[in-house]
Amino acid sequence: MIEYENVLTTCPYCGTGCALHLQVLDQKLVGVLPAKNHVISEGGLCIKGWNVHAFVNHPDRLKKPLIRKNGKLEEATWDEALKLVADKLGEIKAQSGPDSIAFLSSAKCTNEENYLLQKFARAVIGTNNIDHCARL
Amino acid sequence: MTDRLTSLREAIEAVLPNVDGVLALRIGPGGISASHLFSKEHPEDLAKLALWPKEPVPDTLKIILRAHPDAKLAIVCRGCEERGIVEMFKHAQLNLDNVTLIGLQCEQAEAEFCRCAKPFTVHSKTTVGQSIKGVPDPVTEKIAAMSQPERLAFWKQEFEHCIKCYGCRTICPQCFCNVCTLEDEKWVETGRLPMANPSMYHLIRAMHMTAKCVACRECEETCPADIPLAVQFRLMARDVKELFNYEAGAVMDQKPPQLLVLEEGDYERSGLPH
Ligand code: SF4
Ligand code: SF4
Ligand code: SF4
Ligand code: SF4
Repeated sequence: MIEYENVLTTCPYCGTGCALHLQVLDQKLVGVLPAKNHVISEGGLCIKGWNVHAFVNHPDRLKKPLIRKNGKLEEATWDEALKLVADKLGEIKAQSGPDSIAFLSSAKCTNEENYLLQKFARAVIGTNNIDHCARL
Repeated sequence: MTDRLTSLREAIEAVLPNVDGVLALRIGPGGISASHLFSKEHPEDLAKLALWPKEPVPDTLKIILRAHPDAKLAIVCRGCEERGIVEMFKHAQLNLDNVTLIGLQCEQAEAEFCRCAKPFTVHSKTTVGQSIKGVPDPVTEKIAAMSQPERLAFWKQEFEHCIKCYGCRTICPQCFCNVCTLEDEKWVETGRLPMANPSMYHLIRAMHMTAKCVACRECEETCPADIPLAVQFRLMARDVKELFNYEAGAVMDQKPPQLLVLEEGDYERSGLPH
């Protein structure tokens, strides 16, 4: 049986929220089409949106955390990676104070994730140094 | 009189048992419709059959047929989409032997939205809806009536807004090259926005659409900068008609003027490497 359908989703690249259709043929992602009657993107996309299907199964895509050990990036578990980040943040905060740390959030994340990061910066670390990638 | 949606559903139900799928439109989440391959395994999907807005279905048909060259498919196509399929067939992009065309005739409001000269199918044996006459295209006429310097100024101003999304190329059913000139640094500089103006991007695409553009306006609809792109191709099509008496998608066995059929044998490629 041949299966072809379009799956409606939101472009993951920036905060605009353009809608797009992932073209799925026999359960495989083969392309992108814009969503014509969507209120935000009105059938248009930028070059990144037109190409979102390309990264999903790309061999270069990171699927596991990497930790630099002896100058080389090596695959690690999430527990190991998160522990390392927490330890280092704690160490730097203890040595140099909370305002020696800054957080940069991303337009690729959801509102909720961005909220969480600023909450983490302010409530856990204790700094107002929070900004986002659009100002980089 | 039965409405178009019901008639279309009946026409699809009639072919469904004899084919591997029927490509048409389906309403999805939030009332947003998209192309879908209806199958006899899931006839219940037909409850969500949709008519409008149209989608670039000829290109989707090509994607499915490339993966399943022997599939027997049917496709619901409007006039422009039927022309698109015919041109793709003439350029060896798809094989029509196993494809059943169901021609969907456009209504007045749709034709006016598209400023369409031919809102009807001519090849499909099964048709749905009453065919209507073409409507004028005031945008094309306005630009055609400009003097040459006015036209140059008009297009330069329009192209200033291009965000180089490549959407007009990517969505166009007639842009099917495996290697696209517009992705060649020799012609279109990467990493530069706005692009040089007048840009090779738009000029190359205008030339490449000669005798190929089927006036579906998909390029224009997807342009985030609202550039009236279809106008360029419609004006080109007038010249092609006058010079070569050729209309894209109109006559099944008329060879496109830009197609050169070589004798069999060994050839060596000369000129610029691609
Ligand atoms: S371009 Fe013409 S044939 Fe195509 S959908 Fe519009 S009115 Fe119909
Ligand atoms: S109208 Fe635009 S999208 Fe349609 S065939 Fe012509 S150039 Fe391609
Ligand atoms: S712009 Fe030209 S080279 Fe690129 S896909 Fe279209 S016809 Fe082919
Ligand atoms: S669709 Fe519009 S903005 Fe995008 S590349 Fe084409 S002309 Fe430029």
